[in-house]
Amino acid sequence: MATAIGMTTHTQEETGLWSWLTTVDHKRIGTVYAVAGFLFFLLGGLEALAVRTQLAVPNGVVLDADRYNQFFTMHALTMIFLGVMPMGAGFFNYFIPLQIGARDVAFPRLNALSLWIFLSGGILLNASFFLGGAPNGGWFGYAPLSSIEYAKTSGMNFYVVALLVLGLSSLMASLNFAVTIINMRPPGMSMMRLPVFIWMTLVVTFLLILSLPVLTVALLQLYFDRMWGTAFFSPAAGGDPILWQHLFWIFGHPEVYVLILPSMGIVSEVLPVMARKPLFGYSAIVFAGASIGVLGFGVWAHHMFTTGLGPVPQVVFSASTMAIGVPTGIKIFNWLGTMYGGNIRFVTATYYAVAFIALFTIGGISGVMHASPPVDGQHQDSYFVVAHLHYVLVGGAIMGIFSGIYYWFPKMTGRLLDEKLGMISFWTMFAGLNLTFFPMHFLGLAGMPRRIYTYDADLGWDTWNMVATLGSYTLGIGILLFLVNFVITMRKPADAGNDPWGGATLEWATTSPPPAHNFEVIPEVRDRDPLWYDRDHNIAPAVVPEHNHIHMPPPSYFPLIISLGVLLIAVGALSHLAVTALGVVIVLYGIWGWALEPTD
Amino acid sequence: MGGSPGRMIGIIGSLVLVGVVTVLIYLAFAESFDAVRQPMTTFVPKSDQANLIHGVYQFVFILAAAVFVFIMALTLVFSIMYRERPGQVARQFHGNSRLEVIWTLVPVLIVVAIAVPTYSAMASITKPAPENALKVIAIGHQWWWEFRYPELGITTANELHLPVDRPVSVTLESKDVIHSFWVPALSGKVDNMPGHDNHLWFTPNEARAEPYLGQCAEFCGLSHANMRFRVFVNTTAQFDTWAASNKADRVTPSVALAQAGEQQFVASGCIGCHTVRGQASAAGVIGPDLTHVGSRTTIASGTLDHTPENLRKWLANPPGVKPGSLMPNLNLSPEALDKLVAYLEGLK
Repeated sequence: MATAIGMTTHTQEETGLWSWLTTVDHKRIGTVYAVAGFLFFLLGGLEALAVRTQLAVPNGVVLDADRYNQFFTMHALTMIFLGVMPMGAGFFNYFIPLQIGARDVAFPRLNALSLWIFLSGGILLNASFFLGGAPNGGWFGYAPLSSIEYAKTSGMNFYVVALLVLGLSSLMASLNFAVTIINMRPPGMSMMRLPVFIWMTLVVTFLLILSLPVLTVALLQLYFDRMWGTAFFSPAAGGDPILWQHLFWIFGHPEVYVLILPSMGIVSEVLPVMARKPLFGYSAIVFAGASIGVLGFGVWAHHMFTTGLGPVPQVVFSASTMAIGVPTGIKIFNWLGTMYGGNIRFVTATYYAVAFIALFTIGGISGVMHASPPVDGQHQDSYFVVAHLHYVLVGGAIMGIFSGIYYWFPKMTGRLLDEKLGMISFWTMFAGLNLTFFPMHFLGLAGMPRRIYTYDADLGWDTWNMVATLGSYTLGIGILLFLVNFVITMRKPADAGNDPWGGATLEWATTSPPPAHNFEVIPEVRDRDPLWYDRDHNIAPAVVPEHNHIHMPPPSYFPLIISLGVLLIAVGALSHLAVTALGVVIVLYGIWGWALEPTD
Repeated sequence: MGGSPGRMIGIIGSLVLVGVVTVLIYLAFAESFDAVRQPMTTFVPKSDQANLIHGVYQFVFILAAAVFVFIMALTLVFSIMYRERPGQVARQFHGNSRLEVIWTLVPVLIVVAIAVPTYSAMASITKPAPENALKVIAIGHQWWWEFRYPELGITTANELHLPVDRPVSVTLESKDVIHSFWVPALSGKVDNMPGHDNHLWFTPNEARAEPYLGQCAEFCGLSHANMRFRVFVNTTAQFDTWAASNKADRVTPSVALAQAGEQQFVASGCIGCHTVRGQASAAGVIGPDLTHVGSRTTIASGTLDHTPENLRKWLANPPGVKPGSLMPNLNLSPEALDKLVAYLEGLK
């Protein structure tokens, strides 16, 4: 039966293109996620530089209004869905199994499927630039501006369909990671011995599993409105544009924590190892992360303080928003407590982690400020909020990701990134991002609204706009220097060793890079910092049995086939339903082959 | 701890650095106290309600500054104190219950400190507008503002005139997408939602010749950046004079060129979208009411100063001035432009 399909013989190659396209190895999948995420991050950065160039001087002429609106919309969509989330997914993929001593994730083929669907979604979203114009209604896609009446190009169709596709990928990945974390822990690793990075990942997966369906519903409604003339969000026909805002932000606010929690996890791994002491207040950090996840579902309407909710909802959501500041504050103090009394090795990863604490704090402070609705009345939709969110996402999420890159690069490649160049790159990025985003506070206080493609000279906004633009170029140079570092490092021999930092968690117990099966013997965990415990108690590594038969899942074509079908379904939703029908057939074929594929 | 003199110098230096940075930030921040150089500033309240909000606003900024200084100083000092050095050993501990309780309570106290003045300010701002309030309807259009005074029978565009010290109750509506009414000196922003009226009231407390600047704050499409407006707060006497003249029908053109412009206004189809009270055929409601357009200080929703040259530039190619403008480029001849400018300039 299975051989009749003709594709069930696995590729036997271990290198080359086909080995990557059919891989189910979490480390390879993680690498592709990380590299693709980084490339999209660069693309989103270029869009930001174009936006900043337009705003450098009053009445700028670099981008016209239409292109400007496409660029700021695509900048946000790219950074959120194609840059930061996939880079996070890259770390999740690579390090969840390694940190919990597993051989792979729970569903390796599903993992590959998530990856290929993510890439399909990313390509589809960006294809809109060449097919009638990119989305231009903001990443928040507010109705009725996103309706066919006010957004006539196909851009917002691409927005709907690409986000649905990307949501599918995130949902699969989240379920996979959650099951992996809960079920595949090694002997002795109780939940309260999980590395904090794994805990934060677990919170992220639950946030996505619970919030993505809400976005999916909203996007389908928008699709129906745009394509088939329904009126969910059209006030003229009795629909309600506020409904979109509720649905969007019930997803959109947890999404903010989806972006920042992985970096909080990374910093919680890097700081103790570099300070050479255990994390301060492990359970407080874990519970703070979990309560941020829970409270994160109860604050969405603070994005809507100006929509005329009325005083009671304003008070309720302002109180919940202030409340979420408390666990966030606890985390900041615990990281400082981790530094306290340490003997901190200040390598580039440490610099990024410490910068994360300082810069995320700035974003956190301004976040608590506009939890107050009267204050928010002045801040909302001004550059003050642009400053706030970029301190959280660049000062927070991106700094954390770079800390993770420098920290785990030796594990992934066997090579340590160059420290001297890393330091230059860090300081350039640090200066650049503060020059870019701090002045935006001043612009917001001076009354500059967001999302304007032009402004007059006599409003006192020109100086800080120029500074912000120069800062953004500096930030760009800093990131470029990282790329140089990457290229130089990859040409050097892989001589980093298995554990260059004296790590506490299991990934440092295997080789760099790890073998396909990760561990010769599944490790046994006796403490929250297992490697330090074993070191301090002179516990020797487990002996590898003579006949060590390790079964690893074989590579598979079917994730690629199903993702191709999903892509066709999406393309059909944008063009002709016949294409969708073809996509459905391919998906069904893929599922058929997947189900009957032999396991070895 | 502490230890070597080099480390002490580093710690003192980092504290000085935090101090200097904080002072520099304050100096840049203080620019927004200057409403002349920064006319859209959020820091110079000019209404009773904006004053109330300002109290909360300042308090929140002071708290924020305190937290900023504390965390930045701690981060820098710890970075220097515990940077690795020979002979230093990391102390092994997992936490400290007393400290953790303290730093859970401190953020709680901070947010409570913000919540109390916030809710007390909200209690007075969100009360219904007083009975004697002047009623205004502010309607957002892509991309201009329509202002109506239902009790006075006045309809105007992009320039709102208000008497000082009298509460004004603004009903916010939208004809198309979501807009947001924002005059930082007078009030925080409130959105204009299609299909759902919002309300806002405030009492402007300083009459002055220069207008208060406002701008649409919710992204509303192509020319969101060009959806600006002005609020003139005048003495009661000045306001009454303005209201009386704007309540009247148009000034009938007397000059020949302007009379020809009146004809042109019909011939070019302007009447399809614009009302000029007193010109029988001009009763369109899609675009701004032009009965007194000649007395306004700006053109094209605040994007151009009102001069005859700018008016001509606007009429010659509206989408060139305001991208996406519903008023199309009518390819008017130079003569037609001369006539129209003469007519419209006369509509004082």
